[in-house]
Amino acid sequence: MKIVAHFEIPYYQILNEAQELVADLPSFAKDPAHLIRLYRLMVLNRLFDAKAIALQRTGKLGTYPSTLGQEAAFVGMGDALSKNDVIVPYYRDVGILIQRGVKLSEILLYWGGDERGNAFANKENFPYSVPVGSQPLHAAGVATAFKIRKEKRAVLTVCGDGGTSEGDFYEAMNVAGVWKLPVVFAVCNNQWAISVPRSEQTAAQTLAQKAIAAGFSGEQVDGNDVIAVRDRVTLALEKAREKSEPTLIEIICYRQNDHTTADDAKRYEKAKVREQEWEKEPIARLRRYLESIKAWSEKEEKELQVTSEAEIEKSVAEYLATPLAPLENMFDYLYATLPESLEEQRELLKQWGNTHG
Amino acid sequence: MAEITLVEAVDLALAYEMQADPSVVILGEDIAKNGGVFRATQGLLDKFGPDRVRDTPLAESMIGGLAIGMAIEGLKPVAEFQFMGFLYPALDQIINHAARIRNRTRGHLSCPVVFRAPFGSGIHAPEHHSESTEALLAHIPGLRVVIPSSPVRAYGLLLASIRDPDPVIFLEPSRLYRFAKQEVEDNGKALPLDKCFTLREGKDITLVTWGAMIKETMAAAEVIVKEGIDVEIIDVATLKPLDMETILSSVEKTGRCVIIHEAPKTGGVGADISAQIAEKALLSLKAPVMRITGYDTIVPYARLEKYYIPSVPQIVDAIKKTMEFA
Ligand SMILES: Cc1ncc(C[n+]2csc(CCOP(=O)(O)OP(=O)(O)O)c2C)c(N)n1
Ligand SMILES: [Mg+2]
Repeated sequence: MKIVAHFEIPYYQILNEAQELVADLPSFAKDPAHLIRLYRLMVLNRLFDAKAIALQRTGKLGTYPSTLGQEAAFVGMGDALSKNDVIVPYYRDVGILIQRGVKLSEILLYWGGDERGNAFANKENFPYSVPVGSQPLHAAGVATAFKIRKEKRAVLTVCGDGGTSEGDFYEAMNVAGVWKLPVVFAVCNNQWAISVPRSEQTAAQTLAQKAIAAGFSGEQVDGNDVIAVRDRVTLALEKAREKSEPTLIEIICYRQNDHTTADDAKRYEKAKVREQEWEKEPIARLRRYLESIKAWSEKEEKELQVTSEAEIEKSVAEYLATPLAPLENMFDYLYATLPESLEEQRELLKQWGNTHG
Repeated sequence: MAEITLVEAVDLALAYEMQADPSVVILGEDIAKNGGVFRATQGLLDKFGPDRVRDTPLAESMIGGLAIGMAIEGLKPVAEFQFMGFLYPALDQIINHAARIRNRTRGHLSCPVVFRAPFGSGIHAPEHHSESTEALLAHIPGLRVVIPSSPVRAYGLLLASIRDPDPVIFLEPSRLYRFAKQEVEDNGKALPLDKCFTLREGKDITLVTWGAMIKETMAAAEVIVKEGIDVEIIDVATLKPLDMETILSSVEKTGRCVIIHEAPKTGGVGADISAQIAEKALLSLKAPVMRITGYDTIVPYARLEKYYIPSVPQIVDAIKKTMEFA
């Protein structure tokens, strides 16, 4: 007998839960202004989240998936992307999208049940993907297009821990390995897929090691450490652009809320675990670090709360003032041009549109 | 006897059959500890334990294939897809395997599986949670497609589906899950598959429908009956195989027919029913058969979804036009 394969899965952390630097700061993080920018985005993300949930509770928004506790994962990824890169998101990626030109009011519009919330002006942003685990294949396709056209670009796709159980996820990883595609697979492991815990999703020790079977490297990163997330995703995107090599990054975080506003986690989650995990949450961690290097003060914090709230209120007003789209839009985007055979139905819709109580 | 909702009736039927038949096993995403996202499997884990009530990893092709293997091996799996829009990864398993196993093995093997899924619009859910693609499945030889439209029929038809020796797609209209309560006797009595249910007898016009559209059809009938038109209402219930006998004998009596469904018009099951009426009862018809259906569009997101569903006035209008046709 001889051993024919070995593998190791590294775990990366820079700023730990005790606000200690446990690794060298990457160069971007030596600039306090950069860290403050990330901090602001995380705070905006969290306040927006609370507002969205309040809107849902008062009947002004549809089902909404909270990002509470996962802000560093998304904000870190969003900051790592270059303008030229493509993002193929799932549905929890607020912190990425707001860095890609998507307005908060558009995010509300989508969860309020309006297709225009999915019509991102920036065409390097794929729309949301609700069918779990299906979108990593699209990212592999985007990467294939880059490769064929010999463009030095990368694509980032995100899914959850549950998403890694879908066949499509494995198929995407597999082809990315064989074809050496410039794609980064990020898995936001928030420990839950609705009520199913990570331990019931796979018997594998880590999700990151799924990359090994596909022939490329996988790693874990502390998802409550925005510096580490930003750093690892940046390096993986660079590797994709420069060497056309895929990477899987498992971002370890914790879902600090129900799966969505339609869910009730009390049915299956121990409150105690959530409380323990909250000790690691990303925003307080970075704030204390910034305070410790005298880059942030109580006064700035107060101002940030005020300006963020104002920005959010403005977006809510914009969202609530958005009139319904014309009913005929149902037909107008099905095909490049409406087939003649559908014109009769389009007229019917106009005729019966006002009879729906 | 307790009055219960349609979703509670599903739960009740599952509990009855799991108690009665130890080979019944249920599986799906979030169905065990969470009791299903609609609570259709609430309490079953506690009653029957984790061997027979299984939360699966998040993978629908896996759920489909796994259930097929279990069924061929002699279990009676009832697998849930969380929404119809998420059963598509399992279509390969369902179409290429579940539907064909009896035929391929000349009857040596069979696949007594039930695939349940909520479907249809009108519950303000996010994207992909609202489609009615039952025709896709009704097109497949070897499958049964069953759609209950009341708590009583959910209970009786689900029992029948589990007891059926062949694969059944059991589609639950989510818009009706908590719409109306009904007394359901928990007596383990199945209702017949492959049979329409005549919900109201009448002599002037036949209304044919299924699933959530029962709601608007009944409301339209109430309006029209007051105007002195005597409607007959048929809930198709099993879309495949289709009980044309009930529909044809009704149309032979009334001479007029309106078919109402939520799914898109083109290639819908309504088209098949209409074609069969034309083939077999043309001379009984006093007016063309009309179809009132969802549009051939993608179901709009929540803000506009109600405009997609055929409205009561639209159905009333179709009934009148059919009645006035000379
Ligand atoms: C193919 C598919 N199956 C089921 C669902 C229903 N569903 C929506 S989110 C979800 C859990 C996803 O968990 P995970 O991938 O861990 O992502 P998270 O929501 O936790 O971020 C499920 C089962 C779906 N949207 N798509
Ligand atoms: Mg998750």
